Amino acid sequence: MSAGRTGHAGRAGDAQPVLEVQDLRVELDTPRGTASIVNGLSYSVAPGETVAVVGESGSGKSVSVMALLGLLPAHARVGGRALFRGRDLLAMGEPELRQVRGDGIGMVFQDPMTSLNPVLTVGRQITEGLLAHGRVAGGRQARERAAQLLADVGLPDPRAALGRFPHELSGGMRQRVVIAIALSGDPALLIADEATTALDVTVQAQILELVDGLRAEHGTGVVWITHDLGVVAGTADRVLVLYGGRCVEDGGVDDVFERPAHPYTQGLLGALPQLHDGPGGRRSELVAIAGAPPPPTDLPPGCVFHPRCPVRGDERCALEQPPLVPVALGARPDGTAVPHRAATFHDTAPGTGGAGS
Amino acid sequence: MSDVLVRARGLQVHFPVRARGLRRRRTGEVRAVDGVDLEIRRGETLGLVGESGCGKSTLGNALLRLVEPTGGRVEFDGTDVTALRARELRALRRRAVMVFQDPYASLDPRATVGQTVAEPLRVHGLHPGAAARAARVAELLELVGLDPAAAPRYPHEFSGGQRQRVGIARALAGEPDFVVCDEAVASLDVSVQAQVLNLLRELQQRLGLTYLFVSHDLAAVRHVSDRIAVMYLGRVVEVGDADAVSTRPQHPYAQALLSAVPLPDPAAERRRERIVLRGEVPSATRVPSGCRFRTRCPRAFAPCPDVDPALQEAEPGHRAACHLHGVVGTPVPAEQRGPA
Repeated sequence: MSAGRTGHAGRAGDAQPVLEVQDLRVELDTPRGTASIVNGLSYSVAPGETVAVVGESGSGKSVSVMALLGLLPAHARVGGRALFRGRDLLAMGEPELRQVRGDGIGMVFQDPMTSLNPVLTVGRQITEGLLAHGRVAGGRQARERAAQLLADVGLPDPRAALGRFPHELSGGMRQRVVIAIALSGDPALLIADEATTALDVTVQAQILELVDGLRAEHGTGVVWITHDLGVVAGTADRVLVLYGGRCVEDGGVDDVFERPAHPYTQGLLGALPQLHDGPGGRRSELVAIAGAPPPPTDLPPGCVFHPRCPVRGDERCALEQPPLVPVALGARPDGTAVPHRAATFHDTAPGTGGAGS
Repeated sequence: MSDVLVRARGLQVHFPVRARGLRRRRTGEVRAVDGVDLEIRRGETLGLVGESGCGKSTLGNALLRLVEPTGGRVEFDGTDVTALRARELRALRRRAVMVFQDPYASLDPRATVGQTVAEPLRVHGLHPGAAARAARVAELLELVGLDPAAAPRYPHEFSGGQRQRVGIARALAGEPDFVVCDEAVASLDVSVQAQVLNLLRELQQRLGLTYLFVSHDLAAVRHVSDRIAVMYLGRVVEVGDADAVSTRPQHPYAQALLSAVPLPDPAAERRRERIVLRGEVPSATRVPSGCRFRTRCPRAFAPCPDVDPALQEAEPGHRAACHLHGVVGTPVPAEQRGPA
């Protein structure tokens, strides 16, 4: 096994990252004051690797990727660096970004209806990008390629689908079209923001399988933004847990799920109803986290989670921001090493001491 | 007193589809709920799961007669709800209530929280007099874990989870017996969703409530339910004890649905075999003949287009509408049979 879950050549630890985000910051002026939405986020994505970014509403997960793609309103203040194949996305002008967005980075957002143009046929929306980026010689070849892409994403009768309008397709089929468009530029990096959230679970399963197959085949790096921990467990090699615009924990997916080190991650996993509770398990109380996430205009000082933290903190939690530091040697599902890190002053990690993993 | 509080028999809700133009000619119908038999026992939570468009919300609405059934009947505590007149219906509205999905849309932004919670009291003439009503509102807010001092505040001052608590307080104002929770936690964050699920359970134990918990989230349904019913294309295709349905689903659709639910456990996810269904859910205007799942079923065989399967016992207390458990049901007239 290799970078990623199945068979792509090259190990994640060794390969040159497709994307390297360094100290990303996003601020926005609002009527209620300055909102600090992303506060120093750093991560990298190797070819063929799936990195999941999880968090609740207001954690900054969506804004962090929109910043990379230059999709935020002009008055947003974006800081840090984001190297895509060695070039800083945040320093690029609009023409350059436009080139990268269609031809190197593919994007899939939550609602396929807002990503697609309702008055253009599906075929036109795919061929437009192919022609604009000079990937095909002419209209005829573009249509051939478009039909092939639709077949790749599993749309039944792809030739007929080229002549359809988005409203004639179901939600799952529309999201397949969006993925076909994202893949039309043979992207090195695919960014999926809540891409399956609006879909039913059976359709979600089809889409997850599809994206994972493409990742394994082409060695695409994938950034998967979601609030759904189940989706993360099934797709990710590595996980970043965001809270209040900061990464509070990251590591290999098994390490984070089986030995969560940050009280927030522990809380999230404890709050989750389980499908496979043991008999009578349903009578057990869910361990809820008290309160609600802080608004980005009013982040608490110190550790962002301390006002809701169930672990009795000392004054330090309220005053000092805990750095993201390694709590254990960790690994991806393929066995390659990746540190398991958490930003907490508490030594709460079950198993970090003696479990030897 | 029967141990069944709510019973649906052959319940149908069909919506007409009309052509454009002046005459609005009726061209077909959407069979949103299409012959549902269901019993909800006193004090239990029945979970109702299914994917978008399967008719689960319409069924919940029809049980409360918030939409008019076009066929079959609903009994609430022994009374035929479908035959009630306006005055009697109002009495039902006090005893059978709904908690809605979106706490942002279901609260009047211009009414204070206190006014919102007091409204059912006024409508039903309960706790007459301003002082008595205010006392009852305070009691209700406290019951759902809100500060009674919050009564003069407006919905926008509350978070999503707190708003959902207000919606629950309003639903409980008239001391109902039966509560339909329609995607009641779907729009909440995980950490807040757990608070509301815990609250619903605690209230059930304290007040002896009966719940129909309608949701697309199988894990949440599994967590709160005593029994689970699975819907597909307007019909309940499986119903049984929550443990049994979630660990040993009998209907091929229920099996596919459960296998598709992502588990928050990386090791389990890697071991897992998914049943990925072919194709799309057929339109509820063109329901396949016989078994309505047969066009996508990996195990369809000869009788499926010809006999509409009835719910039958697959194991004690666990029923499925599938011919794999024996061909039982209503034969389809030859001229209405579709291709296999």
